[in-house]
Amino acid sequence: MSAKTADRIALSVIIAVAGIIMLVLAALLGYLLYRGLSHVSWHFLTSVPQPFRKGGGIGPQLFNSLFLLVLTMIITIPLGIGAGIYMSEYAKPNRLTNFIRLVVEVLSSFPSIVVGLFGLLVFVNLFHLKYSLAAGALALTVFNLPLMVRVTEQALRSVPQSQKEAGLALGLSRWKTIRSIMLPMAFPAIMTGTILAAGRVFGEAAALLFTAGMTTPRLDFTDWNPFHSTSPLNPFRPAETLAVHIWKINAEGRAPDAPEIAAGASAVLIIIVLLFNFGARALGRAIYRKFTATK
Amino acid sequence: MQALIEIDRLNLFYGTFHALKNISMKIPEKAITAFIGPSGCGKSTLLRTLNRMNDMIPGTQIDGTVSIAGADIYGKDIDVETLRKKVGMVFQQPNPFPKSIYDNVAYGPRLHGITSRQKLDEIVENSLRGAALWNEVKDHLKRSAFSLSGGQQQRLCIARALAVEPDILLMDEATSALDPISTLKIEELAQELKERYTIVMVTHNMHQAARVSNQTVFFLNGEVVEYSETEKLFSNPEDQRTEDYISGRFG
Ligand SMILES: Nc1ncnc2c1ncn2[C@@H]1O[C@H](COP(=O)(O)OP(=O)(O)OP(=O)(O)O)[C@@H](O)[C@H]1O
Ligand SMILES: [Mg+2]
Repeated sequence: MSAKTADRIALSVIIAVAGIIMLVLAALLGYLLYRGLSHVSWHFLTSVPQPFRKGGGIGPQLFNSLFLLVLTMIITIPLGIGAGIYMSEYAKPNRLTNFIRLVVEVLSSFPSIVVGLFGLLVFVNLFHLKYSLAAGALALTVFNLPLMVRVTEQALRSVPQSQKEAGLALGLSRWKTIRSIMLPMAFPAIMTGTILAAGRVFGEAAALLFTAGMTTPRLDFTDWNPFHSTSPLNPFRPAETLAVHIWKINAEGRAPDAPEIAAGASAVLIIIVLLFNFGARALGRAIYRKFTATK
Repeated sequence: MQALIEIDRLNLFYGTFHALKNISMKIPEKAITAFIGPSGCGKSTLLRTLNRMNDMIPGTQIDGTVSIAGADIYGKDIDVETLRKKVGMVFQQPNPFPKSIYDNVAYGPRLHGITSRQKLDEIVENSLRGAALWNEVKDHLKRSAFSLSGGQQQRLCIARALAVEPDILLMDEATSALDPISTLKIEELAQELKERYTIVMVTHNMHQAARVSNQTVFFLNGEVVEYSETEKLFSNPEDQRTEDYISGRFG
């Protein structure tokens, strides 16, 4: 067989496999959306769940998911980017940094249920955070930090050396060069990594079962003082997220319309993840263009 | 002529590799000094000791002294960032930032703390004029630097270097990636710039060294073989190896 034929066969196989994956994905999405969307309404999105009767909603869960996402990213992004900058620009290649890198790799391959149990032991019990948004956000940070660090490190390493030298040769300090030349160039890649991390947070259930908990207290959506116990913004209250809610309804839902609620909630989850992805990518591109004056 | 840069018994090691061997020379002010020699003989290495760009390479060791305007630039009380402001550098490949033409030039001054729009406009115009680029770009300063040709990009990089008001300009094969016409433009520019700046250039092109420089240094394997007035070095070299090199017998 000539190299050319082999090449052609390999290419068609790859295209076929990619095509099948796309089809399966599209079918899955279509099915979930078709089954779920008919159940989605304003009422469904804003009202509280009903354990035993028809007509429950997912309002608090939806809010919990979004709020937990924000909390997690507030912790993850600065830590992850900071550590990534350190690893790529300041850390000398030695035993310690190799060890850190190893830990990061291992951490990122941990099953999320293990991260959840770790969160239970450390944040919930040891730090006395109880089942709370804070404990959940910390567990998700453990879960996400390796990804953020690695993405940032690689994004910075892929900035051409010549750009870095150009900055240094102008007499800019190392930090100014990183901040004003390298980070903007690495921004789209870091943004993509952040989206990936955020998507994982939004869909994550296992790591949250024993950290953010499986219940939501009665919330008063008119009280936005984070220090009040019934305020939605209180980070120390338990919070069942959308993904956890879906899992719970599927496992032990008692309401007569439980399957529809699960389907509707899944559809909402998917749509939000998709929206978030596309929105953030567009934003990333726009900011990159603004930074770099490319048209 | 006054010597601005004095190098005294300089040795540089990359790990165990002895890249510069006992180099001493004086580089005169407001003139063009060219470094020539075969690939790997240490021209770039020496150039990069002058603005301490070698600091970034782990495992580099230096002894001997390099002083600029009388101050040892490897001394304790030297601020590397101030040094690099005073000793600008232009690289082999044009490396403008992925920003607009204006922002490329305004970049250094801005980060060094100049915020007044008027002052920045002035610096940008002067620097672009200094780099003989103003007339070509004055009507689209907001365009991306990447929309320029290679030669224009290189002159933009020169303008960017000029914008932080250096005394010395280091050029490491700054024309080797350019076409002949752009090369000629940069050579003419260098001639103008030497009225105000001290220029040290590395070049692979002996004709270029002969055309534009006042002094020429010939390197071989990390050593200075010959250093003299350009005219003399090319017409009447003292060392046989220089003679062989400039007549194209090796390298
Ligand atoms: N970072 C480094 N680590 C180890 N060795 C290096 C490093 N940089 C350069 N060298 C070595 O030092 C010697 C001099 O390199 P240098 O780049 O100064 O040569 P050059 O004269 O500029 O060559 P060219 O004309 O090809 O640019 C070469 O043998 C090179 O392999
Ligand atoms: Mg070189």
